Amino acid sequence: MTEQIAPKEQSAQSEANTAARRSRRLPPSTLIMAAGLLFLAIVPPLAYFTGNEFWLSIFTRLTILSIAAVSLNLVLGYGGLVSFGHAAFLGLGAYAVGIPVHHAINGEFESIATTNGLFHIPMAVGVCALYALITGAISLRTRGVHFIMITMAFGQMVFFAIVSIETYGGDDGLTIYERSSLPAISLDNPLTLYAVCFVSLLLALYLVHRIVNSRFGMVIRAAKGNEERIRALGFNAYAYRLLAYVISGSMCGYAGALLGNFTTFISPEMMDWTRSGELMFMVILGGAGSLFGPVLGASVFLLLEEVMSDFTIYWHLPFGIMLILAVLFVRGGISGFADRLLGAKRDD
Amino acid sequence: MKLMNSRAAIFAVAGLAMTTSGAVAADTVKIGFVTTLTTPAAVIGKDMQDAANLAMAHIGGKMGGKKVDLIFEDDGFRPEGGKQKTDKLVKQDDVDFVTGFIWSHVLLASRKSVLDAGKFLISANAGPSPVAGKLCHKNFFSTSWQNDQTPMAMGEVLNQKGVKSLYIMAPNYAAGKNMVAGVKRTFKGKILGVDFTKWGKDAQLDFSAELAKAKASGAEGIWVFYPGKAGGAFIKQYQQAGLQGKIPLYTSFTVDAIALPKLQKANLSGVLGSENTQQWSPDMDNAANKKFVGDFKKKHGRYPSFYAAQAYDAIMLIKSAVDAVKGDTKNMDGMRAAMKSANYASVRGKYTYGNNHMPIQNFYLRKVVKDVDGNWTTKITKTVYTNHQDVYAKDCKM
Amino acid sequence: MDFSLFVVQLLNGLQLGILLFLLASGLTLTFGIMDFVNLAHGSFYMVGAFICATLTFATGSFIWGVLLAIPLVAVVGLATEWIVIRNLYPRDHLDHVLATFGLILVFDTLVQIVWGPAGIVVPLPAWLDGQVTLPGDIVFPTFRLMIICAGLLIAGGLYYLVNHTRLGMLIRAGASNRTMVGALGIDIKTLFSGVFALGAVLAGIAGMLISPITEASIGMGNEIIITAFVVIIIGGIGSMKGAFAAALLIGLIDTMGRSFLDDIFKIVMSSEAAETAAPAISAMLIYILMAVILAVRPQGLFPPKVR
Repeated sequence: MTEQIAPKEQSAQSEANTAARRSRRLPPSTLIMAAGLLFLAIVPPLAYFTGNEFWLSIFTRLTILSIAAVSLNLVLGYGGLVSFGHAAFLGLGAYAVGIPVHHAINGEFESIATTNGLFHIPMAVGVCALYALITGAISLRTRGVHFIMITMAFGQMVFFAIVSIETYGGDDGLTIYERSSLPAISLDNPLTLYAVCFVSLLLALYLVHRIVNSRFGMVIRAAKGNEERIRALGFNAYAYRLLAYVISGSMCGYAGALLGNFTTFISPEMMDWTRSGELMFMVILGGAGSLFGPVLGASVFLLLEEVMSDFTIYWHLPFGIMLILAVLFVRGGISGFADRLLGAKRDD
Repeated sequence: MKLMNSRAAIFAVAGLAMTTSGAVAADTVKIGFVTTLTTPAAVIGKDMQDAANLAMAHIGGKMGGKKVDLIFEDDGFRPEGGKQKTDKLVKQDDVDFVTGFIWSHVLLASRKSVLDAGKFLISANAGPSPVAGKLCHKNFFSTSWQNDQTPMAMGEVLNQKGVKSLYIMAPNYAAGKNMVAGVKRTFKGKILGVDFTKWGKDAQLDFSAELAKAKASGAEGIWVFYPGKAGGAFIKQYQQAGLQGKIPLYTSFTVDAIALPKLQKANLSGVLGSENTQQWSPDMDNAANKKFVGDFKKKHGRYPSFYAAQAYDAIMLIKSAVDAVKGDTKNMDGMRAAMKSANYASVRGKYTYGNNHMPIQNFYLRKVVKDVDGNWTTKITKTVYTNHQDVYAKDCKM
Repeated sequence: MDFSLFVVQLLNGLQLGILLFLLASGLTLTFGIMDFVNLAHGSFYMVGAFICATLTFATGSFIWGVLLAIPLVAVVGLATEWIVIRNLYPRDHLDHVLATFGLILVFDTLVQIVWGPAGIVVPLPAWLDGQVTLPGDIVFPTFRLMIICAGLLIAGGLYYLVNHTRLGMLIRAGASNRTMVGALGIDIKTLFSGVFALGAVLAGIAGMLISPITEASIGMGNEIIITAFVVIIIGGIGSMKGAFAAALLIGLIDTMGRSFLDDIFKIVMSSEAAETAAPAISAMLIYILMAVILAVRPQGLFPPKVR
C-alpha cells in the first residue's frame, strides 16, 4: 500500500517545486527526448567509425523497433486500444520486401518481382493499411480484454498463413539476397541504413506528435477516457479509432520493411504473439502515452537483452524479475519515472 | 543538476560500450560456435559444447602455435536468434571461423552473414540441400552430412528388408523436408502417408492424431525423423499406442545418445534392438574415436552423441587448416586447401570432400544394444553405403 | 472414411479438450473473479509436470508422484500469489500482462537451473502403459483413456464445488459482481488466494497428466496457455460451463484438423503443398473460430449472468 501513496506525495511535492522552474526551462520530457535523439544521432556513427560495427547494428535494430513501438503507442498509449497483434504488421512489412525480391531472383510472379525500394515501401504500407482496415473494422467492435484477444487472434492467423506457404520458406523463413534499391543511396552501407532508420524515427515521432495534438488526436485521447461524452459531442468514436488503427498499422508496416532490409532474413517467427508482447512491453516499460517513452522502452529492453545475455545463459531470470519489479514499483514507465525524478508533471 | 547527471550517465554507458568491444589480439585464433544453449534443445547444444571443449583440451588450446579463443553463442533454437549471434561473432568478435549449427533453418539464416564477411563457415551438423547445391560456397565446409543422405541409407535398408509400404512423419522445417525427400528417393515401396508436424521452440509433442492415422493406413513400417526431445516423446507414444510389435519403427536422427539415457531411465525397453543409419557410432574402431569416446565418457559419465562427434571433428578440421598455414589466419587460400584435403584424424575414420565441400563418406546401420555396463548405446552392424556422395553436388558450380 | 479411425480421433480430441479444460478452468476463475489476466498460468502446468516427474522417480510410482505433487503445486501457487500476484489485483490488464510475462521468464529459467535443460521422461506403471480394446474393435491407449476419465471426474467435482457449496456460491457471486462480495464482509484476500491456488493446482494436474505422454520440459506451458486463453474467450470469461464446452470444441477441432485436413487439401492442391499447408491451417482454425465468436458474440458462448 505504501508504494501507492508515495508517488502521490512525490508528485504533489514536485508540482510545487517545478512551477518556478517551468517558467525558465523546457519541460523535462522534451529535454529527455532531445538528449536521447542527440545520443542516437551521435553515438552509433561514432561506434561505427571506431571499429564497433556491431554496436551500429544493435542501434539500427533499436531504431527500427522504436518506430514499431512508437506506432503501437499511438493506439495503445493515446487511444487506450491494447493491440496484441502488432507484430503481424512488422512481419507483413518485411515480407512485402522479401517476396518481391525472392521473385526478382528466382523468377515467377513477374508483376511484383522487383528489388526496387520505391515499390517495396508503398507495398508494405499499403498491405498493412488494408490489413489494418479489415481487422480493425472487426476488432474495434469489441472492448477491453476482448480487443486484446481478437487482435492476437488475427496476428496468429497471419503467422500461420505465412508458415503454411512453402514457396516463401514456411517456418524456415526467407533470406533476402538483395536489399531494396533506392535512388542515390545504398542500404548495403550500414551507416546509410542507420541514417535512413534514424531519420524515419524522427519522422515517426513528429507524425505522432502532430496527430495527437490535432483535433483528430484530441478525439482519440478523449475517447480513451470517456467514450459516451465523445459520442454526445457528435463524434463517431469508431471511425476515429479505425483511422488511428490504420495509421498505426501502416507505420508499423514501414518499420517492418526497414527490418527486412536490416536483417536480410525474415521468418514467421517475427510475427509470433510473443513478439507482439515484446512490442507492448517496450511501450509500457517506456511509458504509454508519452511521445518518447516507447523509444526509451525499446532501448532499455534491447540493450539489457544484449548485455545480460552476454553474461549468462540464465539472463531471462534477472530480466523477468526486473520486469515484475518495474510493474510493481515504477508507475508510468521509464519516462514517468524520469519525469518524477527530474521533478515535473508529465505533459501528456 | 539532476539532468546533468543523467546525461553524463548516458555518455558513460556509451563509453563503456566502446571499451568492452573491439580491440582484437592478433596472436589468437578465434572460433565462434553457434549452438542451442537454452530451451529443451539445449541438451544437444550442451553435448556439442562438451565435445568442442574436449577437443580444445586435447589440442592444448593451441592451433598453429597460437592460442585459440573459442566463443560459444546461443541461437535459442530460432533462425533469427542464430543470425543475430552470428552477426555478433563476425562483426564484434571478428572470429576467423564460425562453426556449430544444429538446425538447418538456423544455418540457412546465418550463412550469408559469415560468407559475406569473408570468414569460414563450418557446419558441425546441419546439412540443408541448398548449401550442398545451388548455394555452395568456397568458404563453407561440413563435418557432418547432407540431410538427405542418412535417410537415403535407411530407405536402402528398408528395401533390403523387403518392406513394401511406409508411413512417414517428420517435423515441418528445412531438415524435415530434406529427410523425407531422402527416404522417398531410395525407398522402392509405397508411401501411404506423410505428416509434417509443427517444429521450433513450441514444437508439437503429442502425436496422437498422427499415430492413429499411421495405424489405420496399414503400412508395413513407420519411418520418423524426430531429433532431440521429440524423439523420446515419439517413441513413448508409439509404444503406448500399441504399435510396438505390429508396425516396426525405423528412424533417422531420433534414437541417439541424447535420447537413449532418458529412455533407459524410464525403462522403455522396446527401443532395444531398433535400427537406424548414421555415419558414425561410438563403437567405431579407430584411435581418434577411442580417445574421443573414452575421454568423453570419463569426463561426463555418458556416451557422446553424433552431434558431439561432429563438433569434435569440426575443431580438429579447423586445427588442421590453421596448422597447415602455421597460424597465419590471413592465408585463406592455404587454409581452404588444407581443409579440402580433410587431412586430419576424424573420429569416423578417413573421408574426403566433394566439389561442394560436403563429406564423401560411409554410412552404417546401427543397432541399439546394452553395453558391458548395462548402458544403452548403438553398435554398427553393417555398412550400407561406401563413400557416398550427396545428390545435390551436381548443382554446385564449384 | 475409416470409422474406427474417426472414433479414435474423436477420443484423441476429447483427451486434448480435457487437458485444455483443466488449464482453462483455473484461468477463467482468476479472470472472472479477480479480473486478473495471468499469462504465467502455464508455468504451473510446467512446474506440476517437473515436480511430479521428480517424485515419480523418488517414490517409484507415478500415482504417488501425482498425489504428492498436488499439495506442492498448491504451495507454489500460494507463494506466487502472495509475493507477486496479490499486489497486481488493483492494477489494469496491461500491468498484469507485463508482470506475468516476467513471471514466465522467471519460472522457465528457475526450472532450467533446478532440473537442467534436458526435460524428464516420466515412466508409467505397466497397467497404464498398454492399450484397451473398446467396443467396435477400437484400440486406444489406456493412459489417454485415464486422462479423459480423471478430467471428467475433476470437472464433475468442480461443478459440485461451484454450484452446491458455500465457496462455490462466493465464486459465482464474485464472477458476477466483485464489489458486492467484498461489501458483504467476505474475506476477499483469503478467497482470492484460495481461488488462485485452486487454479494453479488444476493447471499442475494437467501438466502431470501430459508428462508421461510427452515429457516434462521447459516452456511446455507457454504455447498451450494461449490456446487456453482462446478457450475462455470462446466460452465466456468467468464461466466454468463455457470453459468446459469450449475446451472440448477446441480439442476436437485441433485433432480433427490434424487428422483429416491434409486429405481434404489434396483434392485441390499438390500433395506436397497440402502436407505443408494442412498443419498450419489446422492451427489457424481455432483463431478463426475465436475471431468469429468475438465479432458476433463478444461475451462468449456462455457468459456468466449479469456483471
